[in-house]
Amino acid sequence: MTSPLNHLPSAQEVGTYDPQTLTHNFSDLHPPLTQRQAMIESQRCLYCFDAPCVEACPSDIDIPSFIRQIGEKNINGAAETILEANILGGSCARVCPTEILCERSCVRNHDAECQPVLIGLLQRYATDHMQFDSHPFKRAASTGRHIAVVGAGPAGLSCAHRLAMLGHQVTIFEAEQKPGGLNEYGIARYKMTDDFARKEAEFLMEIGGIDLQYGQRLGYNLELSTLHQQYDSVFLGLGLGASRALRLTGEEAPGLMPAVDYIKTLRQTDDLGSLTVAKRCIVIGAGNTAIDMATQMARLGATEVTLVYRRGIEAMSATDHEQEIAKANGVRMVTWAQPDEILLDDQGRVAGMRFAKTVEQAGQLSPTGETIEIAADAIFKAIGQSFDNTSLADATAAELAREGERIHVDEMFRTSLPNVYAGGDCVKSGQDLTVQAVQHGKLAAHAIHQALAAKQEAA
Amino acid sequence: MNTTPFTPLSFPGKKNSGDSVVNGVDLSVNFAGIKAPNPFWLASAPPTDKAYNVVRAYEAGWGGVVWKTLGEEPPAVNVSSRYSAHYGKNREVIGFNNIELITDRSLEINLKEITQVKKDWPDRALIVSIMVPCNEEAWAYILPLVEATGADGIELNLGCPHGMPERGMGAAVGQNPDLIEKVTYWCKKHYSKPVIVKLTPNITDIRVGAQAALRGGADAVSLINTINSITSIDLDNMVAKPTVGHQSTHGGYCGSAVKPIAMNMVAEIARDPSTPTLPISGIGGISTWRDAAEFIALGSGSVQVCTAAMLNGFRIVEEMKDGLSRWMAEKGYDSIEAFSRKAIPQTTDWKHLDINFKTIAKIDQDLCIECGRCYIACEDTSHQSIAKLTEQNGARRYEVIEEECVGCNLCQITCPVENCITMVPQETGQPFLAWDNDPRNPFRVAS
Repeated sequence: MTSPLNHLPSAQEVGTYDPQTLTHNFSDLHPPLTQRQAMIESQRCLYCFDAPCVEACPSDIDIPSFIRQIGEKNINGAAETILEANILGGSCARVCPTEILCERSCVRNHDAECQPVLIGLLQRYATDHMQFDSHPFKRAASTGRHIAVVGAGPAGLSCAHRLAMLGHQVTIFEAEQKPGGLNEYGIARYKMTDDFARKEAEFLMEIGGIDLQYGQRLGYNLELSTLHQQYDSVFLGLGLGASRALRLTGEEAPGLMPAVDYIKTLRQTDDLGSLTVAKRCIVIGAGNTAIDMATQMARLGATEVTLVYRRGIEAMSATDHEQEIAKANGVRMVTWAQPDEILLDDQGRVAGMRFAKTVEQAGQLSPTGETIEIAADAIFKAIGQSFDNTSLADATAAELAREGERIHVDEMFRTSLPNVYAGGDCVKSGQDLTVQAVQHGKLAAHAIHQALAAKQEAA
Repeated sequence: MNTTPFTPLSFPGKKNSGDSVVNGVDLSVNFAGIKAPNPFWLASAPPTDKAYNVVRAYEAGWGGVVWKTLGEEPPAVNVSSRYSAHYGKNREVIGFNNIELITDRSLEINLKEITQVKKDWPDRALIVSIMVPCNEEAWAYILPLVEATGADGIELNLGCPHGMPERGMGAAVGQNPDLIEKVTYWCKKHYSKPVIVKLTPNITDIRVGAQAALRGGADAVSLINTINSITSIDLDNMVAKPTVGHQSTHGGYCGSAVKPIAMNMVAEIARDPSTPTLPISGIGGISTWRDAAEFIALGSGSVQVCTAAMLNGFRIVEEMKDGLSRWMAEKGYDSIEAFSRKAIPQTTDWKHLDINFKTIAKIDQDLCIECGRCYIACEDTSHQSIAKLTEQNGARRYEVIEEECVGCNLCQITCPVENCITMVPQETGQPFLAWDNDPRNPFRVAS
């Protein structure tokens, strides 16, 4: 997957970090709480009535309740409180931008303490330490219905689990060879260590009634029309597989590649030292993927990592917390500069990039005429993802109403096609967050269940 | 390797640990004839079991010590595993429980050490706690031996709730007013210095014990001794703590948790017209200078500390003396006596309270953090007098419904922000009216 960088040395050859340090650089970014820390932190929760943190949680977790359970050393109870609202509570505890969600609304911020309860880490404590003899959720009596779920990412897994709980049979069609979606392939390695995404999916599958088929890629070896005919309902939980193009000459040059492709390889490798590293590199973008890319490249041993964004810091979609991580890793941020030209060496490989400085006037971004050049061995683009158009190319899929390029759904997660639902990154939600995807999957499962039950009654 | 032994610097303050004047305020007390440079004494307990501990306590600055209870020969025998705690949620010790008996060292060694310590520390109070069987011979035997040590007085341990009652001593005596009177009488007869009677709280009316002590001729009382307790159960093994082998037993409870119980008992005696001038040494959960000041305000002439020292070491007396003296200076009290009993006139029976007084809660919206704790407490369990409103921007706003508020203080208690909710006395225009005289009282006293 990192073939565009084949001419570059490996992390081991670059030699900034010895193997032990490399391993350390990709271990847990935020170490989990110890039992004592969890107890102390749980006592800081005020057990608010109608708590603002719950309102801020996209997946409706009863936060004061699970924290109180932790305080009473009822860890399984705490875990169940979390998981009944969000079956991927373990990965959300790791990847949720809590600083803009639950923890931002914690009333402790206002108090003289000016410090929220560490809700994310407490959630992780509960889900890390739960010990169930058998899966904590039971399936309702079989409904005899069979539902197809496309994509084993957070939306698909959440939907499948809830459908199984409600008594339905589920088959998940996953394009990759592992479940988890972005949790497995797309998130910085130090945010999701110890094969957690796979373990979480295995835990979730323990409920039973879910068949997971790998290598099933919609539009390639799987048609929506077939699923539509063969199953009682279909839930689309596709990811955004295609990286947006810079639309510049030299886009195919060695040394230029999508950040997500590199991260995917990084997440799957057993040998960090073998990864190719650009000692000097540029990351273009302003989201969490750009931050993950830049930080990971620095942690692999790159010595000059520059993140370039066409607007100002305040417009970056990466949170302050994420930006701080990048800065702490020596990532340089250049703002108000947009790609102008890919600079190539005499062998046609990336040698750097020229940027046009920008200015915003009446909401419009325009070049100032000034340019800057940054030398680099590699350029990673992290300027957003879009649909792989092939995935929705069959006759049935083509009928799906779109909203922008995403799939249009109503408040019940229904697409324009009967019995076809969608959620997660493939629909327009405002926040492309794991926790949002989990909530979509869960709510869609209930919508599907209701619709099928209504159909039953009508029949 | 540097093998030079570490030589501690000498601090002038250490040498003068017995100074009675701290921060310009005289902390000395004369308690029932027993003089001490300050009112902070260590209670009879493990910290005062032997000369080594007591000397360390004096070095640290304690004004007095009540030596751990002496008994008859042969000495008591203790079990292994002796203490347990009632913890708060952050593992802070709220209450402390022990199943230890009186001293398990020989009478001879104790008397010898007491003699030496009193000789070396003449300015500090040294009181000897005693518990022997309930017959005059036993007391007539031990008292002259104690008198010979030169100690300043004795404290009768009539309150130990475990181990000793089975032998006809401790709480078994303390729960029987006639025996309290009798034992006190023997002590006054066979001992010339002040006699303090330590009272057990494991009774229904503490005043009865104090009255009996006074009748017997006691110079003072001290209270409270520990309260019968079981602090926790090991739910895996179904046995209480502390666990001795596979069993447990009730112990004596002390520490912060017992302070409110002890203060009420101290106040009951201080308010009792039959014991109006009986000196009281206050004991029960005293951990800070504020606790001490509160006990003194309720009528204590000295205070005794044990649990706080056991949990933190003797050094806490430094902060206690410093805090108390600064507060006294600020308030203009030039001696402990100057504020002793100051809270007693305002401590009365419920029936004398002003039924016309009205106070209601006020929420400071600038300090409110919108946690909703006051709302749900009032809504679920009190008088439904807090309204939950939503501002235009979605912020929560909690407002007191004044006409519904009975002034119970629950919202103020549950609020996590200090001073956010205050109770504001209302101008009712109505005169003071005690329930004794209230027309609604069918048993009212005609005025």
